[in-house]
Amino acid sequence: MIVLKGRKVVGGVAEGQALVTRQTISGWGGVHALTGTIIETHHELRGQSFKDKVLVFRGAKGSSGWSVVFHTARLAGSAPKALVFNEMTTKVALGAVVMRVPAVTDLDRDPLEVIETGDWVRVDGDAGIVEVVKRAQRAPE
Amino acid sequence: MLTLTDDEKAMLDGREGKARQKAMELLVRYAEALGAERFVDTTNVAGVPGQANVFLANYYKDRPGGIAAIFSYFDLDSDELVEVPRLATRACHLQGGYDPEHWQLLGATPEAARLSRNSERIAADRGIEILKTCTPYLAGNVPKLGEHCAWMESSAVVYCNSMLGARTNTEGRESTSAAMLTGKIPYWGLHVDTCRRGTHRITVDVAVDSIVDWGLLGYYVGDVVQERIPVVCGLSNAPDLVRFKHFGAAAASSGGVELAHLVGITPEAPTEEAAFGGNRPVEELRYGAAERRAAYERLNANANDPNVDFVMLGCPHAAFEQIEEACRLLDGRRIRESCRLWIFTSRAVKQRADAAGLTEIVRKAGGVLLTDTCSAIANAVPPGTKVAALDSAKQAHYLPAMTGIQAWFGSTADCIRAALTGRFDGRLDA
Repeated sequence: MIVLKGRKVVGGVAEGQALVTRQTISGWGGVHALTGTIIETHHELRGQSFKDKVLVFRGAKGSSGWSVVFHTARLAGSAPKALVFNEMTTKVALGAVVMRVPAVTDLDRDPLEVIETGDWVRVDGDAGIVEVVKRAQRAPE
Repeated sequence: MLTLTDDEKAMLDGREGKARQKAMELLVRYAEALGAERFVDTTNVAGVPGQANVFLANYYKDRPGGIAAIFSYFDLDSDELVEVPRLATRACHLQGGYDPEHWQLLGATPEAARLSRNSERIAADRGIEILKTCTPYLAGNVPKLGEHCAWMESSAVVYCNSMLGARTNTEGRESTSAAMLTGKIPYWGLHVDTCRRGTHRITVDVAVDSIVDWGLLGYYVGDVVQERIPVVCGLSNAPDLVRFKHFGAAAASSGGVELAHLVGITPEAPTEEAAFGGNRPVEELRYGAAERRAAYERLNANANDPNVDFVMLGCPHAAFEQIEEACRLLDGRRIRESCRLWIFTSRAVKQRADAAGLTEIVRKAGGVLLTDTCSAIANAVPPGTKVAALDSAKQAHYLPAMTGIQAWFGSTADCIRAALTGRFDGRLDA
């Protein structure tokens, strides 16, 4: 297991399968809130949903409706389980707060280098700790 | 570590009422998430407080309170219903809801239109200026140099910071609603001098003149700097309000640009040295003919059918002179029967267009001048639309992804020609 240490953005503990992107994510106009699906035309995750995943991403971009879209995803039951990201902005901070899921940033290693889609990730928001079990080392499901 | 002043503590303790307490609780969670150390007083808030839509109305239907329930549970992310008091500070309502006259055209149900009217009335009762536009700076809200603001709307944020030299981060609905009640916003990011310094040098070595040129430059800049701060050098012409509006909106769509320094043009960039403020650029980039062409092609990558059945102008909301330009290009002709023409603007500008006879000219040509929203915000295109023509890089970025239609990006003239002939034949001039 790999352990990354960072800073609490939002407290709480959650775990799940990672969905990883090196690209920033647009909330409004880039995500379909009711299904948690990325819809942005040129996005590498286009067509994939973050519902119940641990979303590991660079940060937020685009519209100021970022928090509203992720807040709506929470109400619709399509929010991610937790957030791990690199670049702090007001969009991602407010979005994480109103989504009420554990979120961690400022990690001691680049999570985009360490975590791949499909890895099992546990996020302890209060302690600022991210634990990663590589997909290859997980028991077959 | 976040430190609170006495008045902030009083609000947090509930001494200023339940609504301000809930607003302060949310702001504290938000400030801690950011890692902010304190708040700053703000006197200019732009948001969409209490705005109801059908999803939210249904979601909270079993909890009494109507718009107050939406404001409490959604805007303030509170678990308790609170009475919404009058505002603590000057605030305005950005775009949202539906054109009060043409809501049916936008596909709104009577229920959705009623929710939009109710939200507006309640916001107005609380003291919120109903501007209903993404361009508050074109409707009388023009912050001054250095003023601490709390604005939503990414295109307005980049205008506010860059052209006016006022200070705001890209706030969200919940933080602006809380700021309206408290007059507080985290002192973080672009409120702080040192965080306003440029990070990337972009040297322009191609002419940037037309509105299309400025949209393309913005789309390129956003893509390469993402949420950082570009310093753009080598511009031979200063953009007017309309050109900057398109530049900023594009840069805040392909990326998350909130402040751009244009050397010799914007107030915090009298020189390159001033714009960088001692920062060493993390990257040196060059914008030439190839980059301009690539941005154009990327924006047009969604379209292949030249037969256009919808033309939308006014993203960000059209300035008076843009409506005038559209009318001049229509030149007394009618648009093609199979095509629709929607031009979006603010209520403030529409009033001037009405007075000047422009609304009537657009109507006689077969089009319509609309307010309060746009196709992307309202998720509304005419029924059966397959291919749109747009003169906004921002709208071209979002609308195809949101609605599944094809969209061409071109000049206002390309778009009006498409409305008249039913065919898009725009191309990028060398």
